[in-house]
Amino acid sequence: MKEQDDKQIIIHVDNLVKKFGDFEANKDLCFDVYKGEIFGFLGANGAGKTTAIKILSGLSSPTSGIVEVAGFDVYKNADDIKRNIGYMSQKFSLYEDLTVKENIRFYGGIYGMRAKLIKERTHELLSRLEMTDYADKLIAEIPLGWKQKLAFSVAVLHRPKIVFLDEPTGGVDPITRRQFWDLIYEAVEDGITVFVTTHYMDEAEYCHRVSIMVDGRIAALDTPDGLKQQYGAGSMNDVFLKLARA
Amino acid sequence: MNRFFAFVKKEFLHIFRDYRTMIILFGMPIAQLLIFGFVISNEIRDAHIAILDHSKDEHTQKITEKLVSSGYFILSDELKNENEIDACFRAGNAKLALVFEPGFGRLLEKTGKANLQIIADASDPNSAEMLSNYTQAIISAYIKDLNMAGYGNKIIRAETRMQFNPGLKGVFMFVPGTMALILMLISAMMTSITIAREKETGTMEVLLISPLRPIQIILGKVAPYLLLSFINAIVILALGFFVFGLPIRGSLILLLAESMLFILMALSLGILISTVAKSQQVAMFISMFALLLPTMLLSGFIFPIENMPVILQYLSAIMPPRWFIVIIKNIMLKGTGFLFVWKETLILTLMAIAFVVVSVKKFKLRLE
Repeated sequence: MKEQDDKQIIIHVDNLVKKFGDFEANKDLCFDVYKGEIFGFLGANGAGKTTAIKILSGLSSPTSGIVEVAGFDVYKNADDIKRNIGYMSQKFSLYEDLTVKENIRFYGGIYGMRAKLIKERTHELLSRLEMTDYADKLIAEIPLGWKQKLAFSVAVLHRPKIVFLDEPTGGVDPITRRQFWDLIYEAVEDGITVFVTTHYMDEAEYCHRVSIMVDGRIAALDTPDGLKQQYGAGSMNDVFLKLARA
Repeated sequence: MNRFFAFVKKEFLHIFRDYRTMIILFGMPIAQLLIFGFVISNEIRDAHIAILDHSKDEHTQKITEKLVSSGYFILSDELKNENEIDACFRAGNAKLALVFEPGFGRLLEKTGKANLQIIADASDPNSAEMLSNYTQAIISAYIKDLNMAGYGNKIIRAETRMQFNPGLKGVFMFVPGTMALILMLISAMMTSITIAREKETGTMEVLLISPLRPIQIILGKVAPYLLLSFINAIVILALGFFVFGLPIRGSLILLLAESMLFILMALSLGILISTVAKSQQVAMFISMFALLLPTMLLSGFIFPIENMPVILQYLSAIMPPRWFIVIIKNIMLKGTGFLFVWKETLILTLMAIAFVVVSVKKFKLRLE
């Protein structure tokens, strides 16, 4: 990610403001996300991460500012954006009373994929996750870590240009979290851009670039190494603490 | 379109996989109809009566026989004096007592006038009223027979005729009412719960982010219940027809079309509830309290609208089941055509449109 000038901008945000009544949840956000990178959005709870990700993914409209996702304007071409993104939230997004296979088929279906393609990708996905034997198990019956990995794989089933992950590893043990990030790297190799919010500082190290939000503003934005240098900190956690106390 | 079908398919999976949903969908309507039809009926059958006969002549015997053979009454006690009446009521042995004055038959034949007293246990006023009406009707029928047989004009005849429901069968009233109640509850409650569930589990966000349009999500949620509620309507009508002998005198197609309209209205009400309710529990509570009680009490299902205080009559006008009950009673019992129910149909249509418009607006607001 060093030669950023060659990089193609896939998300462009300029002076984004989101107000709920008098409360300003997002204050004048400006940033670009480049194609193929893992862009981390860090911040404490209530810092405005989820508000921002909801705007980018079309769940919520901005109060003002320019927002372009995958080359489309959020005000005018929300439908085009929807077709080109995937989404997974901290609230678990698979249906507990459907089987693994049925969930995959459902998501493929609502993204307009053909039955044959869904079948191929289902097979591929299950063997990659080593879950082929569990294809006909109900989601309610499989462990949380597996559900999380499955939810991510389903979110990129239709090969979106960008996938938005809203605190995807909440409540998961460190080993599963590591495996989860392996999946993210695989997706990036497939050319998918990853936009992820988290409050785990160790996860910030996995990102190519990180922006840290404090009270609705972007307080810092750089590579993890760049941030550590800039703030003279040994870890992302120290960087975050310094910023939050400032 | 494929997207939409993928969604509808998922909804059916939810429904068929959850036995509770299936029970509510198909068990509840049948159970409710059978309960209302058989148990909570307000017709009289085998009511216990007591007789105090001071005369014991041919006429009192015949009147007693007539009462007992009518099928409405069972003679439980033959009393000896007035004091026993009270005791008999208190013990719950009889609901009604009939007292013939001494020399009843003689007086009737000589003077053309005889007295008998009907005493009813009015701790339950409705059934007391009904029992005494039935008794009077049987007695006047007896007098009528006497007059026909040439005994000369005796006591004034009182004849009542029950239009459309000659047997005063309670089930004629309960089937349309139950149908309205069930369709209303199931359609509105089930849709509101299923939409609230998606919100509760967080899957609604995923759906909203997907290329599915809000209208597709709403229609996809509603479509399975439209089909299932329609099947329900047919089951209820079939039960009414085959089990309770309820006639369908008007056009069956019109009846089904009106049922479909009512279901659509109830479904859109369900969507509206779901836009307000954030969880399944809230959706259920709103459906129960806002739909179940008013439907039972204000729609004319149990209590006649004409007898309500004026303010409740106005309130009942905004209860959709009220209009639906009028429609089905007209079509089924009176055999009237569309010309006689167009006004009610129009009201239901307008209600459905209003609910849809408001909920689509609200649904969009949520996206802001």
